[in-house]
Amino acid sequence: MSGWSDAAIWGIIAALALGTWLIRFSFLGLIGGRRLPPWVLRHLRYTPVAVIPALIAPLVVWPRATEGETDPARLLAALAALAVGFGLRSVLGAIGAGMGTLYLLNAVF
Amino acid sequence: MPAASPSARRPGPPATLGAAFRRGLVDSAPFLLVVGPFALLFGVVATEAGLDLAQTMGFSVLVIAGAAQLTALQLMSENAPVIVILASALAVNLRMAMYSASLAPWIGAAPLWQRALAAYLLVDQSYAVSLANYEAEPRWSLPQRMALFLGTVALIAPVWYACTLAGALLGRGIPPALALDFAVPITFISLIAPGLRTLAHVAAALVAVILGLALAGLPYNLGLPLAALAAMATGAEVERQGLARPIRRERVE
Repeated sequence: MSGWSDAAIWGIIAALALGTWLIRFSFLGLIGGRRLPPWVLRHLRYTPVAVIPALIAPLVVWPRATEGETDPARLLAALAALAVGFGLRSVLGAIGAGMGTLYLLNAVF
Repeated sequence: MPAASPSARRPGPPATLGAAFRRGLVDSAPFLLVVGPFALLFGVVATEAGLDLAQTMGFSVLVIAGAAQLTALQLMSENAPVIVILASALAVNLRMAMYSASLAPWIGAAPLWQRALAAYLLVDQSYAVSLANYEAEPRWSLPQRMALFLGTVALIAPVWYACTLAGALLGRGIPPALALDFAVPITFISLIAPGLRTLAHVAAALVAVILGLALAGLPYNLGLPLAALAAMATGAEVERQGLARPIRRERVE
């Protein structure tokens, strides 16, 4: 991977592995069954839905494959995945709808 | 184990640890349809981004958290600072502290090595299947609960590793016409959209999208952590205002 030494990549893998394990072990590791305060729980509930959309929104609007130029096919594909995922509550259905839309539009135009 | 009263049909203790293990195996099996392709995608994308086979497998075996792995990979390919990469990927995994807290009353009394192992294997699917069974079978013994937990990952973890490997070996053999560059955003959208259950989730996602775009130009990818923090606070505040009611009726299984 350009810009990263092998040592740096393994460092990131190791730090991520350890950090993730510590998060998972946190409450299982404690003795006495301590509880999370409600305000912490309230924030934790929204971490995936806060981080992931912020990460991917720029990738959808300014895709790498088109060198940052907004691509109607990719925008529509993203909307299709969102609509099916939200409406049908199906991860696989959403992936199918998104990639299917992209392939269809790329084939037609 | 004392005999159950005749009126008690379900829930009841299964006869053996093997039965508990098999229950976990069977209940987790449908999730293979998501886990397999997701691992395949990670293997392909990581290899295309330039990670070697050992590094790609290192991610899947040591971290074993797909969304965080793809987050880290994406930010690495954008040459983001290490601190931003780690903070963002670990933030994606923070939900697992909730899983840990909610499983602790059920398996928190297990020996330390078992809890350490369960922590390593605590993924979305093992958590969801285990908790549902613990609540349905409150009289199960601790060994039965641990056997069930192991059952939930006995297929999922090996399939996760194997499909990552398959994806890494396929790697650059995937034709560009498949537009796999866009499979990563699509997969992320598909993972998040079904979870938009309440107004608080929707508000958090909206703030994340708007600020993620507005702050995309900031140096060092700082826009991402800022947008995520604001979105988290938004979700928490909307919930605090009592507006976190479900926005659509849940399907009854």
